Amino acid sequence: MTETTAPGLVHVAAPLRKRKTTLRRLLEHRLFMTGLVLFMLMVIMAVFADWIATHNPVQVRARFRFRAPGLDNFFGTDNFGRDIFTRVVYGARLSISIGFATVALTALVGTSIGLLAGYFRKLDNILMRFMDALMAFPTILLALALAAALGPSAVNIVVALSAVYIPRVARVVRASVLVVREADYVHAAHAVGASNFRIMVEHILPNSMAPLMVQLTFVFAYAVIAEAVLSFLGVGPPPPTPSWGNIIAEGKDYIREAAWITLFPGIAIAMTVLGLNLLGDGLRDVLDPRMNVDNR
Amino acid sequence: MTGVDNLVEVENLVKHFPVRKGFLSSRVTGQVRAVDDISFTVARGETLGLVGESGCGKSTTGRLLIRLLDPTSGSIRLNGDDIAKIPDKELRSRRRDVQIIFQDPFSSLNPRKTVEGIISEPLIVHRIGTTAERKARVAELLKLVGMAPDYARRYPHEFSGGQRQRIGIARALALNPKFIVCDEPVSALDVSIQAQVINLMRDLQRELGLTYLFISHNLAVVRHIADRVAVMYLGKIVEMTDKNALYENPRHPYTKALLSAIPMTNPDQRRQRVVLTGDVPSPMSPPKGCRFNTRCPVAVASCREIEPPLVDVGRGHQVACHLVTP
Repeated sequence: MTETTAPGLVHVAAPLRKRKTTLRRLLEHRLFMTGLVLFMLMVIMAVFADWIATHNPVQVRARFRFRAPGLDNFFGTDNFGRDIFTRVVYGARLSISIGFATVALTALVGTSIGLLAGYFRKLDNILMRFMDALMAFPTILLALALAAALGPSAVNIVVALSAVYIPRVARVVRASVLVVREADYVHAAHAVGASNFRIMVEHILPNSMAPLMVQLTFVFAYAVIAEAVLSFLGVGPPPPTPSWGNIIAEGKDYIREAAWITLFPGIAIAMTVLGLNLLGDGLRDVLDPRMNVDNR
Repeated sequence: MTGVDNLVEVENLVKHFPVRKGFLSSRVTGQVRAVDDISFTVARGETLGLVGESGCGKSTTGRLLIRLLDPTSGSIRLNGDDIAKIPDKELRSRRRDVQIIFQDPFSSLNPRKTVEGIISEPLIVHRIGTTAERKARVAELLKLVGMAPDYARRYPHEFSGGQRQRIGIARALALNPKFIVCDEPVSALDVSIQAQVINLMRDLQRELGLTYLFISHNLAVVRHIADRVAVMYLGKIVEMTDKNALYENPRHPYTKALLSAIPMTNPDQRRQRVVLTGDVPSPMSPPKGCRFNTRCPVAVASCREIEPPLVDVGRGHQVACHLVTP
């Protein structure tokens, strides 16, 4: 747009502005697309595990112990002769499910708490101090305690992870709600007599989502790591369930002789987390108005 | 009710914001006296201009009038009914009569809603009409503010500042309000667009019989649109009269200083410039006596002791100054 108009010039109505859509800018963001491909690869593995797997993930075949990676067993076999490739593929199913479940639970509860705390200022102190208390729990210790109390299972991992990540999400949402609630369109909604519920759902929430989306990709990444750690420590889904943490835990005794047992699930974890972090960084670049001049 | 033709009557309106300190106890350590005991009326169909420098409480006054803020004390009568203290539930239905137009056209429209969503929201909230009827009303309102009805499906970011301000006006008009608070509606616009929007507002006023409270720091704009003008300083009204009397014969020293600061269009024309020194005192601890005494070029001893009341000095010209007598 021109900065100045010479005096005497007839003002021409400003043309309608066109900007690149958010989707378009995401598609042009290389790192975001790399992250998306990596992550989608894992999701596809998880969803179509039954078709992709070459063997039975839990079948013990003593004859084929410690086979090196090759054409029969892409990633080799472990000390029970189970196919590592198959187990890594099924492990993706578990990790991705736990990730999605954790993200869904933290998003739902964390957003609700953050929205209420940011909008109703009287609730703020009560809710956020409670969140601070939850946040103080060390994730892994809490999960260990839960597993000890309720028995090791995927559901307990999700509960433990959610308990720790809900406060983070709540904080992020609260922070953006505090900004959005002072926008004039929120005042305008008050002025026409809109209810608090309507204002929260129609005006504040849709405009507070950007930082939440970024945060959720990181929660997903943390959840994948934490699931592997907990399985490794033996409080995840009990073996022989194929989980990336379980495979590494079982392979660690043979790491000198058969490094492929631990190597491939390790690579899978690293790729998933890397993909999610690239995804989150890309989202942040595109959604954060401070990093874009043409954002409005 | 005192005057029959007054749509809005404000009496002894006060808004103090408590200043809290402390982490656990949050003691109230002071009050920001944003609006400190002001009274005025707005007649049906007229435009009252409210001017003053930033921080003088003019926007707070506007927000009190549409009850976006709750007054500390005082009364606001709309059509004779006091709306200053009615409970939230009842207030919601009363909101149809009073609307607001905001300064910043970029912050006043929800970026995630279409123009249709924005303009029809008041109708949805008050459950007016069917979906089809609301659609028709949106088209009608867009035409009323000089925009094409097929803009309804676009998003705010596709429009310029002036166009957005028109959308904001259409939203304010959706419920057929009687009274509209215009909070610096053109201050954020290019000068060339300002005139278009101001003229649109004037046409709408004539057509729909609207009453405006027009808040601005731009004296030239106020002179163009207002019938009467009130000048605020530090939460008080210091002078209030009809437009011509104020611009041609300002009585309060603060008003004189303000008017002398308007740039002249003719560079050869010289005028005595009253330059104020110092800053506006903090509204947390306004000076004793007349609030303007710290910066007033003509202040005398009594100005520092006694606060001058707003008195009529003839033909409805109200001034709050010891040195101005009828």
